[in-house]
Amino acid sequence: METLLSILIGFMIIGALYALHAKDLLSALIAQGIVGYGLVIAFLNLRAPDLAIVQIVVETITLIVMVAVVLNSSREEVKESWNRNKILNIVTSLVIVGFMAYIFAFMIQPLQPFGDHTMRMSQYYTQMGAESTGAANLVTGVLFDFRGYDTLGEATILFTAALGVVTILRAKPKKETES
Amino acid sequence: MNGMTQIVKKVTQLMSGLIFMYGLYIITHGHLTPGGGFAGGAIVAGGFILLILAYGSKVLNLRKEETQTSITESVALLVIVMLALAGLFLGTYVFFNNYLPQGEIGQLISAGVIPIYNIFIGMEVAAALLTIFLGLVIYKEEVAS
Repeated sequence: METLLSILIGFMIIGALYALHAKDLLSALIAQGIVGYGLVIAFLNLRAPDLAIVQIVVETITLIVMVAVVLNSSREEVKESWNRNKILNIVTSLVIVGFMAYIFAFMIQPLQPFGDHTMRMSQYYTQMGAESTGAANLVTGVLFDFRGYDTLGEATILFTAALGVVTILRAKPKKETES
Repeated sequence: MNGMTQIVKKVTQLMSGLIFMYGLYIITHGHLTPGGGFAGGAIVAGGFILLILAYGSKVLNLRKEETQTSITESVALLVIVMLALAGLFLGTYVFFNNYLPQGEIGQLISAGVIPIYNIFIGMEVAAALLTIFLGLVIYKEEVAS
């Protein structure tokens, strides 16, 4: 399982890097799709079909919208020169990567091995979730009962996104109705 | 935005109903099988987006449609908050309290208020995604004209 996950994550990293450097924006989008659908396979392998369904639908809708945007505007990427301070950029990113790797190796020590979670909270969720919520699907039980606030926050985020799109995306002003 | 060819239109006409039903199934069986409000709502919105893409934007009155989806999502979110508030007054004074009888685990009507939350979250997600899509389409039509 860990080797499969590592291969998938390596594939996703390659896709993301290609998406950053592709000349054609459409192929960059396809490469970005590799990242999303690779994440779907990773979720399926980690036995999380709930997340996999959400991810595959949202990824598809996002890809449709992005392809429509690219087809209606330009397929060329904006030419930009990043020659100045090239050495400074590389040195800065290397220092930051090394620092993050050091912190990560330091923080990962007290964690359990991969696949084990022996925290008291998640043990209670997995053992008593069905009895205390009455839902056979544990994920829904956690989402709508134990962690109801999270769900409310997510719904509010979607609401705010739709509100922003409706408010901002407007070429002509809205007609003045009788107020 | 123009519609696509006759083949795409026919296939979409046959498929979109199935996609819609599948989304409703995912929403209503959210507490039994994988899925739930978010996944099902996104699938329902995907069915509508497929229809709009295949048939073009001339078929529908997009402005009216956008107003309706906007109202739907607002009302659904309001109902969710009201349901959560009802938990404060019925039961043990906890926000998001599960105050309905839980029934037998595994039945379609069980788990108290969770299926109701699922249905309204599904409405909210579907309407919000559709509103965003319709907003983009309307903006494009306005810019083009």
